[in-house]
Amino acid sequence: MIEFRLNGNSGVSPYQQIVQQVKSALRLGRLRIGDQLPTVKEVVGKIAINPNTVLKAYRELEHEGLVAARPGIGTFVVNSFDETTYAAQRTLRRSLEVWLEKARRAGLDDESIEALFVDTFLFAPKEVVR
Amino acid sequence: MTSALLAVDLGKRYGRKWALSGCTLDIPTGHVVGLVGPNGAGKTTLLHLAVGLLSPSSGSLMVLDEAPASSAEQLGRIGFVAQDTPVFENLSIATHLQMGAALNPKWDEQLAQQRILELGLDPNQRAGRLSGGQRAQLALTLAIAKRPSLLLLDEPVASLDPLARREFLATLMEVVAEHEVSVILSSHLVADLERVCDYVVVLASARVQVNGEIENLLSTHHRLVGSRRNLDNLPESAHVIEVSHTDRQTTAIVSSADPILDPSWSVEEMTLEDLVLAYMGQAEEQRRVLLRSNGGAK
Repeated sequence: MIEFRLNGNSGVSPYQQIVQQVKSALRLGRLRIGDQLPTVKEVVGKIAINPNTVLKAYRELEHEGLVAARPGIGTFVVNSFDETTYAAQRTLRRSLEVWLEKARRAGLDDESIEALFVDTFLFAPKEVVR
Repeated sequence: MTSALLAVDLGKRYGRKWALSGCTLDIPTGHVVGLVGPNGAGKTTLLHLAVGLLSPSSGSLMVLDEAPASSAEQLGRIGFVAQDTPVFENLSIATHLQMGAALNPKWDEQLAQQRILELGLDPNQRAGRLSGGQRAQLALTLAIAKRPSLLLLDEPVASLDPLARREFLATLMEVVAEHEVSVILSSHLVADLERVCDYVVVLASARVQVNGEIENLLSTHHRLVGSRRNLDNLPESAHVIEVSHTDRQTTAIVSSADPILDPSWSVEEMTLEDLVLAYMGQAEEQRRVLLRSNGGAK
């Protein structure tokens, strides 16, 4: 089950942080179709936020068709992003880890690594030539 | 719709000093309300008026549509935890629960027992030997086991360490998620309230400076930064709360129902803390101006 965390200084509202964390978990395969999201009571008992914040996030995820609430039982994942990419993600992660290792050995600090990645990501061609 | 708290021109005077004055509020039920303001702003006075420990010097106050402490039923619908979460030091936790059961017709014994179990407390322990966090949790347990519709908490976390503070607020939010209960809690620290409240009342200098749903307030308040100027060309609905100038730059905090479209301003979003501080600053400024003009009259 997913566990939420809250970053107080991110400038992103708490409800959006929850939405983003669910989506990211879906993309990375940490949440799959059929999985249950924690109940509102469980979330607020862990991270001490207003229950309406959690409800609002779940409603938005429901509106986007990613989760569905079953009254009296809980909220479940009913849709996800392309699950066929999970296998490819494993090899991609490994090559990223190799790349990271090289970057560190070359003396780049965390911020330089992030800047380099983001910059490359933004300016690389978006279409794949097949 | 029921109001948790409905005040019209409410005031309380001690001798010649008004602890609270001109307080007009209509807080709907179903919210977690943060009552925030500096020490001495009137927070405790307002809460004591709401539970009937004090009676108003002027104006009127209704709590859950009835006058405070007007009947045993009305009192049964209110849970109150006073400042510093007082408990009876020489009585055991079990005796506290027995007392709660004897004094409250709607007492939920199962809820009380369950909470003490979850907190890992020994029912035979004397309340005087509990830590600050445990004492606060015991006081909260007593207040929620009477199954109130409205829970009033006066600075419940002020004296707690950060971990106990977080645990207390988490428990409180569980209660809100599980039972239909409205909450009004006071604090002089905005950081305590930011995560848990969805409604805020800012009190300063014995007056309500601003109140409303936090989401609405944040979407109608903006910080404007631009080249130095006066503030004539703002939308009609705009209201300036704070303004400061340097040689070349003007910074202003305004409330405005209409969006600020003037492209020469850079419009920044505000946090709850920015907003509360701006209103407290405005109240402090008005107090100083008043003090100066009174001094000048002599």
